[in-house]
Amino acid sequence: MDRLDYMSMMCNEHGYVNAIEKLLGIEAPLRAQYIRTMFDEITRLLNHLLWLGTHGLDVGAMTIFLYCFREREDLLDCYEAVTGARLHATYYRPGGVYRDLPDSMPQYRISSRRSEAELARRNENRQGSLLDFIEGFTQRFPKYVDEYETLLTNNRIWKQRTVGIGVVSPERATQLGFSGPMLRGSGFAWDLRKKQPYAAYDRVDFDIPVGVNGDCYDRYLVRVEEMRQSNRIIKQCVDWLRANPGPVMISDHKVAPPKRAEMKEDMEALIHHFKLFTEGYCAPPGEVYSAVEAPKGEFGVYLISDGANKPYRVKIRAPGFAHLSAMDEMVKGHMLADVVAVIGTMDVVFGEIDR
Amino acid sequence: MPEIQQTTPEERLEALAEGLEEQFGEMGCSIVRAYSELTMVVPRDKLLEVARMLRDKGEFAFAELMDVCGVDYSAYGRSEWVTDAATDTGFGRGVEREINIETTVSDRFAAVYHLLSVIRNTRLRVKVFAGSEPPMVPSVIEIWSSANWFEREAFDLFGILFEGHPDLRRILTDYGFVGHPFRKDFPLIGQVEMRYDPEKQRVIYEPVAIEARTLVPRVIREDNRYESGQAAGTDQDRDAADA
Repeated sequence: MDRLDYMSMMCNEHGYVNAIEKLLGIEAPLRAQYIRTMFDEITRLLNHLLWLGTHGLDVGAMTIFLYCFREREDLLDCYEAVTGARLHATYYRPGGVYRDLPDSMPQYRISSRRSEAELARRNENRQGSLLDFIEGFTQRFPKYVDEYETLLTNNRIWKQRTVGIGVVSPERATQLGFSGPMLRGSGFAWDLRKKQPYAAYDRVDFDIPVGVNGDCYDRYLVRVEEMRQSNRIIKQCVDWLRANPGPVMISDHKVAPPKRAEMKEDMEALIHHFKLFTEGYCAPPGEVYSAVEAPKGEFGVYLISDGANKPYRVKIRAPGFAHLSAMDEMVKGHMLADVVAVIGTMDVVFGEIDR
Repeated sequence: MPEIQQTTPEERLEALAEGLEEQFGEMGCSIVRAYSELTMVVPRDKLLEVARMLRDKGEFAFAELMDVCGVDYSAYGRSEWVTDAATDTGFGRGVEREINIETTVSDRFAAVYHLLSVIRNTRLRVKVFAGSEPPMVPSVIEIWSSANWFEREAFDLFGILFEGHPDLRRILTDYGFVGHPFRKDFPLIGQVEMRYDPEKQRVIYEPVAIEARTLVPRVIREDNRYESGQAAGTDQDRDAADA
């Protein structure tokens, strides 16, 4: 699932595990729900930062790219700290998340390329736990967003390139199957996190930014504001996660593998482990569609089970697919240079489009 | 934009199910409710009429078509391993890849549409069985523009013909590709492989040389943990949590 939209990895996982959990009728523990919410938002920041950087680069703004990738580095370190992988995490599992948040943040080591002062500066934020690191980030981040806005929001060239380009009316937006920021940019206050909440989104406080004109500039504003809102959500999740320790995986070993230590002593656990990893579990027959608000829009997984240990049919509804199919209509009547702006504003990643 | 109703998902689903039953029950549509989702099976010749009403009638207002996908039901419920009887020879890990697939049944293919109403905050799944070879379904592109690429994808992968589609070409597979790869009788390893031929000095296609094998056999087990009573209970709990 990570490889689909390789810029919003954990959101893809979220869509898939939600579908499986719905089919199995299980629910992840609350702590796992909060961890998922937090990492969904971290993923959203990762995605939007990449989008902002490359969109800027496409349209001719060089600096923003360097700024955005600086912050991405911190967030990818969060990914790495919790899963060991920077991109393809496979962190969400049916029934919870793979493991709890680590108590310490990995630090930079001494190297011949770094002076001690440089080392100390780099490790400054990494003295505490992962949650401390994330909290530190949420405190720094709003200022960074201000920096991006200083660079772009009132920039004359930026506005020339995006205002009035790729205008999509609300009627056309729904007709074309838009979702996420593309739909909100056209004036719909539609966000699955609010309208059909999953994970812990009904327990956190955030707003949905909505555009007015449906052009590239409005979609830019929507996404930038979304970054601020994501930051808000992450902050709330950090506070909750600090105060509420608990399990992050359900204890039903028919679905979730038992702990290594248990397997050494307990025959039952060993059998569970063997069955799970050789055969898996059989989901009850039926069909479900589960959608999450991925950074690019509605990421849906349609799962049909015939009662076997493998899904009978999985259809992944990728937001980018619908957005890209509207390309023809969006660029009609524009200059060739505007095609670049339109591609940028659609925020397409081809991993999810040709799957 | 009209105010989204302040109701629970369960109530909205209930109201929608009633409305659909009333409106489309006589047209031969059947409505199934499972996992807090609604599925409406629509006869093929009624699809366009039903779709138009679903989009335009205020009580449904399904302005968005989120997804169209094909399904091949020909191997549904077939497992590669016997699990309900004992054998005296034991079970081997190796399995016959050849599941007997009935390719001639009339309800083999279905097109599945996922609709979303951003005004009423409801979802609906519409399923249309495509009939026998060649499977054919009317195109809904006139009703929802987003159907364009989705229908092309379903055509490419399953060979479902969408009648009235202006540009029904392949969209995902290679130029000159033969067959429809998501059909259950299409081998998992494919039909042809590609390599560079140093003698001919160009890329050539050949029949696949590798052998199909199964690492984890497909197994269906009778599992009484998911019997109807219990499943219904969890269903409601989930809805309560959603609300």
